[in-house]
Amino acid sequence: MLISISNLRKLYSMGEIEVRALDGVDLEVEAGDYLAIMGPSGSGKSTLMNLIGCLDTPSSGEYILNGHAVSGLDDSELALIRNSEIGFVFQTFNLLSRATALANVELPLIYARMPAAKRRQRALEALERVGLADRVKHQPNELSGGQRQRVAVARALVNRPSILLADEPTGNLDSKTSEEIMALFDELNDAGNTIVLVSHEEDIAAHARRTIRLLDGKVVSDGRPTDGGAGP
Amino acid sequence: MIWDNFRIALQAIRANKMRSLLTMLGIIIGVAAVIAVVSIVQGLNHVIATELEGVGVTYIVVYPRQDLQDPDLAGREVTLTYDDGLAIMEQATGLELFNPVFYRGEQTRSGDRRHPTTLLGIGPSHQEVMDHWVDEGRFFSELDLQRAARVALIGRKVIEELELEEPILGSDLIVGASSFTIIGIMEYKGETVGRSQDDFVLVPITTARDIYGVDAVKQLRLDFKAASPDTVDLAKDQIGEVLRRRHRIAEGTKDDFRVFLQEEILESTGAILGTVTSVVGGVVGIALLVGGIGIMNIMLVSVTERTREIGVRKAVGARKSDILVQFLTEAVTISLVGGLIGIVCGWGLGIIGANAIPGFPPAHVPLWAIALAFGFAAIVGIFFGTYPAAKAASLDPIDALRYE
Repeated sequence: MLISISNLRKLYSMGEIEVRALDGVDLEVEAGDYLAIMGPSGSGKSTLMNLIGCLDTPSSGEYILNGHAVSGLDDSELALIRNSEIGFVFQTFNLLSRATALANVELPLIYARMPAAKRRQRALEALERVGLADRVKHQPNELSGGQRQRVAVARALVNRPSILLADEPTGNLDSKTSEEIMALFDELNDAGNTIVLVSHEEDIAAHARRTIRLLDGKVVSDGRPTDGGAGP
Repeated sequence: MIWDNFRIALQAIRANKMRSLLTMLGIIIGVAAVIAVVSIVQGLNHVIATELEGVGVTYIVVYPRQDLQDPDLAGREVTLTYDDGLAIMEQATGLELFNPVFYRGEQTRSGDRRHPTTLLGIGPSHQEVMDHWVDEGRFFSELDLQRAARVALIGRKVIEELELEEPILGSDLIVGASSFTIIGIMEYKGETVGRSQDDFVLVPITTARDIYGVDAVKQLRLDFKAASPDTVDLAKDQIGEVLRRRHRIAEGTKDDFRVFLQEEILESTGAILGTVTSVVGGVVGIALLVGGIGIMNIMLVSVTERTREIGVRKAVGARKSDILVQFLTEAVTISLVGGLIGIVCGWGLGIIGANAIPGFPPAHVPLWAIALAFGFAAIVGIFFGTYPAAKAASLDPIDALRYE
């Protein structure tokens, strides 16, 4: 099992009030899965996303990612996991504006301490994979929204992570470009990449092979086309 | 990794050229001041060292001390005579040579050209004591000294100013009201701090006495050469004793003469230069402090502006230490680039300063001064960059990614 989450809780205290952003979530994701996490705002999907992405640590519960017990790791260990296991794709692309597409894609490899020549080669491969081989020297402001998101996908892929984590990846794109990006995700999943997608749009989530729905910090449904039933 | 950080830093500086330049200003001024002052002080040291090298550490000079403000000297006739010198040679140990020097300003004339110069009436050991020798012609003979012959040795500057034409040796020169035959030209010494060392006329001291009268040669400069550097201090004490006894100076009253050692001249100029250096050092310290605060300020702005960038970097795997090093590198790069500009400016100032003072040697900036300037700049960058860098490193990735 690639992701194994059991009884995960995340509590925030806002002054006197305690907010249960996640209230006992259980979730298992196999390698090669294509999962969409849905839910209204405030349902806890962003919190779950941050925990899966190792940007945050849970208040209690267990999270095992590709054999690493993430719950007990410190900052720099989490950074290492993010670098080697997770590829992020954000709604707002989050590219470095002063760097070229190539330099943006190389970024995770810099923190992986990869030698420059190898870094460059891997980044070029990743850009080619997302169909931007002819745009490597362009800066983000010289690229369209769809191209920027492709650069972000290339950056997410470049260090060969075990999961691709996309947070509303089409939120800032028009419908045609959204379909192109989703087609790219489908293609990547077909090639064996595990994808976890957070979205509130049904037609985007429909690309996934499995959909879980959150409400008030709990999983309320876990739909698998294969078994069609609820989660454990 | 270090190179990557350095590239990022240069990129950030280039992206905000004006802001970066203003930030660097404090560092630029501080470093430029260091380099300019060091180059000028080095030049002065060089001048003094070469000047003193000639006479050497065994040179001792005694001047009459006249001070109308001093009650101990008021109402006394201050004298320092040839006989004083002879008595010192007789009674003090460790002295090898003695040379009395009568000095006064005089007008020289040749044809219709005039030139004010210094007339020195000297004894037979002048060459050895001053280590300054006749270049062409001959030195005064014993006979010249005995007979108070009207003969003179001249410096190159006098030849130049009076436009004397060959043959110089054997020709006549008017000094003051008297005419002298030029019998020799002294070797060239060059300039010291803009003053020619070759602007003089030497005549036998007996001749000077003949012309200016016995009273005029009662206030001489007495030059001595000690037998070895080890005997200089003892000789100085003994000169003092002999002169106090001969001048009947009571216990507890001040001397009417001054004894200088080469070493002391070196020390006193060294002390002056040291004072200059420390004053400038203080100014530089303040400039660097202000520069450092400027860097800290701009780095804090930069960290805030680039919050999202920090979030992205953390999301793709940058550790706290990576972010810390990145921003620290940026702060140090700003201050090092400032230091580099400062070195160039300071060097320029040093060259301008050296050219403005006639006879000053070309500005020389030693390697250690450049290393020092760079070192200071780097320390300022590290010291004032640490807080902003630590602030950047400790940002929470989720908050940083959400920052608008």
